[in-house]
Amino acid sequence: MDISTRIGSLKLENPTILASGILGVSRASLMHVFSNGAGACVIKSISLKERVGHHAPNMITYEGGMLNAVGYSNPGVDEAREEFKELNNVGGPVLASIIGQNAEEFGQMAEKLLPGEFSAVEAVLSCPHTPGYGTMAGQGTPKSTEEITKAIRSKTQLPLFIKISPDSQPIGEVAKAAEAAGADGIVAVNTMGPGMIVDIQTGQPILHFKVGGVSGVALRPIAVRCIYDIRKAVKIPIIGVGGVTTGRDAVEMMMVGATAVEIGTAIYSRGIDVFAKVSDEIRAFMQEKGYKKLEDFVSLTHKLEG
Amino acid sequence: MERPLHPFEQPRMLPIADIVQETENVRTFFFAVELHSKPGQFVIMWIPRVDEKPFSIAYDEDGKLGLSIAKVGRFTEKLFEYKKGDLVGIRGPYGSPFTLQEGSKRILLVGGGYGVAPLATLASQALARGITVDFCNGARTKTQLLFMKRLKAMKIHLHIATDDGSEGRKGFVTDVAAELLAKNSYDVVYTCGPELMEQKVVNAASEKNVPCQVSIERYMKCGFGICGACCLDGSGKRMCLEGPVVSGEFARTQSEFGKFHRIASGHKIFFDAR
Ligand SMILES: Cc1cc2nc3c(=O)[nH]c(=O)nc-3n(C[C@H](O)[C@H](O)[C@H](O)COP(=O)(O)OP(=O)(O)OC[C@H]3O[C@@H](n4cnc5c(N)ncnc54)[C@H](O)[C@@H]3O)c2cc1C
Ligand SMILES: Cc1cc2nc3c(=O)[nH]c(=O)nc-3n(C[C@H](O)[C@H](O)[C@H](O)COP(=O)(O)O)c2cc1C
Ligand code: FES
Repeated sequence: MDISTRIGSLKLENPTILASGILGVSRASLMHVFSNGAGACVIKSISLKERVGHHAPNMITYEGGMLNAVGYSNPGVDEAREEFKELNNVGGPVLASIIGQNAEEFGQMAEKLLPGEFSAVEAVLSCPHTPGYGTMAGQGTPKSTEEITKAIRSKTQLPLFIKISPDSQPIGEVAKAAEAAGADGIVAVNTMGPGMIVDIQTGQPILHFKVGGVSGVALRPIAVRCIYDIRKAVKIPIIGVGGVTTGRDAVEMMMVGATAVEIGTAIYSRGIDVFAKVSDEIRAFMQEKGYKKLEDFVSLTHKLEG
Repeated sequence: MERPLHPFEQPRMLPIADIVQETENVRTFFFAVELHSKPGQFVIMWIPRVDEKPFSIAYDEDGKLGLSIAKVGRFTEKLFEYKKGDLVGIRGPYGSPFTLQEGSKRILLVGGGYGVAPLATLASQALARGITVDFCNGARTKTQLLFMKRLKAMKIHLHIATDDGSEGRKGFVTDVAAELLAKNSYDVVYTCGPELMEQKVVNAASEKNVPCQVSIERYMKCGFGICGACCLDGSGKRMCLEGPVVSGEFARTQSEFGKFHRIASGHKIFFDAR
């Protein structure tokens, strides 16, 4: 049974990808994730300058998944270039993840980080809990998406994916803006919200930043609907992300139009070998249904609509 | 690793039950709770609107949890202002523990600083199994030696070294450990303390072909294997989950062990060799 997939020019042995910001902080951590079955990995987002991020608690779990407000801690682009070297033998394709405060900074990031050995790049326009970036900087509008996509496109030949927020609605319009400006694919979605969890002994919000993006199980049905909407709006490939925990969830996202899925929070609930587990579960499903390859059911939901 | 669902793995607010001054800048904070942890595991402590930080479990018995904490920066300074009855959040226990091996007859424990605490717990468990324990404790000077009362109350062979000779042998605790390794035959060596000390112990044990267990502390944010802050160069293994206690042979294959660690941003800080 073949579970390999293509995202534009990128070829993956299986459709599970490590989502940005979960592990992925060093070359070694990527190797650890590949050895647990990931088909590709996205590194933790990198900014121009070093960022320490918010104080802890940076993440907190609850019965619906997780809230996080890490605040884009990263060593900055120069140290990141040193860190993410010799990527050809880590175990699979590695996608860069870049952030910026405006289109110009995104362009600079593309220039500085991407001459490395990355297979593709994700540009994140969608973090809900970091002042100066993402939706807190108004990057979630079609206009801003277009500007940023153009700025990066002019600086790199690598496959370019734009990662968007489930809170940018109508989401199809945002995806269209990215497609028109030259993006090769859409990553949908980033965390939603932000949300808040309060400790009731003290009345204090638990996250130091008080609010944080919601990921995991609670996000999944929203992510599925967003992917469904985006598939109707654009032709370019979609990488689905948001609450994928089992093979069933990955299949669901592919049925509404994704060609691969990213996994983050499920590492918490199922362990780092969640990638191998999800691949096995996809295979078991295909066996049961008599599917031979992923294309047999990718976008099935849309095909049924005629 | 499959994980049972913890719907509310959130800090549990506990009043400080007691505070014991250990040395000038180390205090043990007690809580009226037992976590049923194993020696070498840690908890993460939250002070609302300040930060959240990892600390080894120094005591976890008779309904009491104790954390021995050195005042070194923003978080610990704030904690040292706290009094009996004040609330802090605790979650855990997390991480891999030190383990006693079946059939051990004699073991060597080498501690430094607050690393002595988990080893003291391990020592009492070893004694209960009839294992002979050599315990090395070291510090710069006598007043910085930790847990002497606790160690002296145990039926262990205690070996002390201070840099200035104000108590025990004058010199490094690692030299004392190397001599013991040359003289006696040990089943396992355990070490917890400053990383350069640990590295010397790990290398000495390896030379003698004695298995070793070492606790590798790295910057930690989540404690549950998600953020990546604690991943080691070499294997990429997470010290909050696949560590902090690892085998000496594993540690020796990790390119950053004894060389550098990363801070919150991921920026590398090199250990300065004395
Ligand atoms: C598994 C583990 C067990 C530990 N056990 C103890 C213990 O029993 N007693 C004790 O006093 N200390 C222990 N520490 C170290 C303790 O976490 C730091 O001393 C504390 O976080 C310092 O915070 P600060 O704000 O007071 O100081 P800062 O000024 O922030 O830092 C002082 C030093 O602590 C280190 N540090 C800061 N934040 C962290 C963090 N989130 N994770 C790891 N290291 C950090 C820094 O690298 C620096 O070297 C342990 C650390 C780990 C990883
Ligand atoms: C702790 C944590 C850190 C994250 N950091 C980033 C980041 O740096 N860049 C980014 O694009 N997305 C980041 N995300 C969002 C994830 O990549 C993903 O879009 C989201 O968590 C939904 O997927 P999941 O439910 O599988 O986790 C982060 C998520 C979590 C939980
Ligand atoms: S502390 Fe977050 S992965 Fe170890």
